[in-house]
Amino acid sequence: MTEIPRIAEADLATLVACPACDALHRMAEVPAGGRARCHRCGTLLMAPREGALTRIVMLSATALVLMVAAVFFPFLELQAGGLHQRSSVFDAVMAFSEGLMLPLSVAVAALIVLLPLARFVAILYALAPMALGWAPAAHAAAAFRLAEALKPWAMAEIFIIGVAVALVKVAGLAQVSLGPAFWAFAALVMVTALKDNFMCRLTIWKTLEERARS
Amino acid sequence: MSADDMENPGRTGEVLTARRAGLIGCGRCGRVHGPAARACLRCGGALVGRDRMSLQRVWAWLFAGIVVYIPANIYPMLLTSQFGRTSENTILGGVIDLVDHGSYGIALIVFTASVVIPIGKFIAIAYLALSVKSAVVIRGHGRQRLYEVVEFIGRWSMIDVFVVAILAALVQFDFVATVNPGIAAVSFALSVAFTMLSAQSFDPKVIWDAYEADDT
Repeated sequence: MTEIPRIAEADLATLVACPACDALHRMAEVPAGGRARCHRCGTLLMAPREGALTRIVMLSATALVLMVAAVFFPFLELQAGGLHQRSSVFDAVMAFSEGLMLPLSVAVAALIVLLPLARFVAILYALAPMALGWAPAAHAAAAFRLAEALKPWAMAEIFIIGVAVALVKVAGLAQVSLGPAFWAFAALVMVTALKDNFMCRLTIWKTLEERARS
Repeated sequence: MSADDMENPGRTGEVLTARRAGLIGCGRCGRVHGPAARACLRCGGALVGRDRMSLQRVWAWLFAGIVVYIPANIYPMLLTSQFGRTSENTILGGVIDLVDHGSYGIALIVFTASVVIPIGKFIAIAYLALSVKSAVVIRGHGRQRLYEVVEFIGRWSMIDVFVVAILAALVQFDFVATVNPGIAAVSFALSVAFTMLSAQSFDPKVIWDAYEADDT
C-alpha cells in the first residue's frame, strides 16, 4: 500500500473526483471557453462558457414554447387519390392506443413530449432564478438532478429522424406535405442541442452550491 | 482552446483516486466527501463508494433486453393492408422491402438502428461486465470509450418504434391503405429501454479499479 496524503475535511470542497474513473483532482479556475479533462480517463470535467446560464435559460424557454406548437399544430399531411389525412404529433402518440398497445402509446408520449417537457421545466426551475441574479429556488438541486436523469430518455431528436424514415416509406404511396408543427419540432431539436452544448454539469453544480449559500 | 488537465494531488507516478484516499466522490457532480457521508452535499444525490450490486443489475437488465428482443424479431412490426390484402412485416422484412424499393440509404438506417445497434450493444455490455473480473484485451481507455459509445448510441434504436407510430397515425385510408402497429413494436421498445437501463447501471469506475488492484 502506498502512502496516502491525509486530506482535511475543509479541503474536500476544493477537490473534484472524476465521475467516470474516480481520479481526484484539485479544482482549478477554468476560464470561459476552456476545457478541463480528467488526466487519467480523459472525460470532460468542465467546459464553462461565457454567459452560459442566461443562454441555457433562454433556450429552454424557447424549447418549451416550440414544444407546445409542435404537439398541437398539424404535423404532416398525406394526400392520395382524393383522400387526405392530417396528423399531429398527438395522433402519432395515439397510434398505439388500442388494446394491448396502450402502454406503448403512453411510452411514446413520454419519450417525445412529456419527458423533454419535464426536462425543460426542471432546468428553468433550477437555473432561471440564478440567471436573474437571485438565489436558487428551494429544491433547485433536486430539479437539476431530475433534468440530468431525464437526459437519455428525452428522445425528440430521434423522433425527427424517425419522421424522415417514415416520409421516405410513404413517399411512393402518396403526396406528403409538412405542416407547421414539423418545422417547430425541427427547431426544437436544434435548440435542445444548442442548449446541451452550453451546459457544463460541474460548473452548474458549483454555481448552485455557491449561490444557495450566499 | 487547448485541453489542459486539472492537477491531481497524488501525481507521483500513479493516480490517486477518491477511494484510495478513503473518500467518496459523487458520480453526478464530482463533489468529494468523507467516508461517512451518505448524501452529496452539493447535488443531494445518494452516495455510494463502489456499488457492489451494480454488475448484478447490469446482467439482469441485459438478459431482460435480450429475451424481449427475440419476439421483437419474430412477430410483425407493421401490419399493412392495401385494398383488403393484409401483409405483415417483421423488422428484417421491412428492411428487405426498403431494399426492393431501392431506398438503400433508409434501409441502411433502419437496419443499423434495429439490428446492428441492439446486437452490438448486447455484446458490448456483456464484454464490459465480464472485463471487470477477468483479463482483458482492451485497455482502460478503450473500454471507457466503448462505454461512452454504448451509452450514447443505445437510445437511437428507438427510431423504428417512432417510424411505426408515425406510419400508423398517417396512413389511415380505410379500404385503400391502412397501417397498424404489430406487437413486435412493444417488445422492441422494451428491449431498447432494458438495454438502456443496463448500460446506465454499469458504473464506469469499476473499469479503472482493476488497475489499482494490482499496484497496491
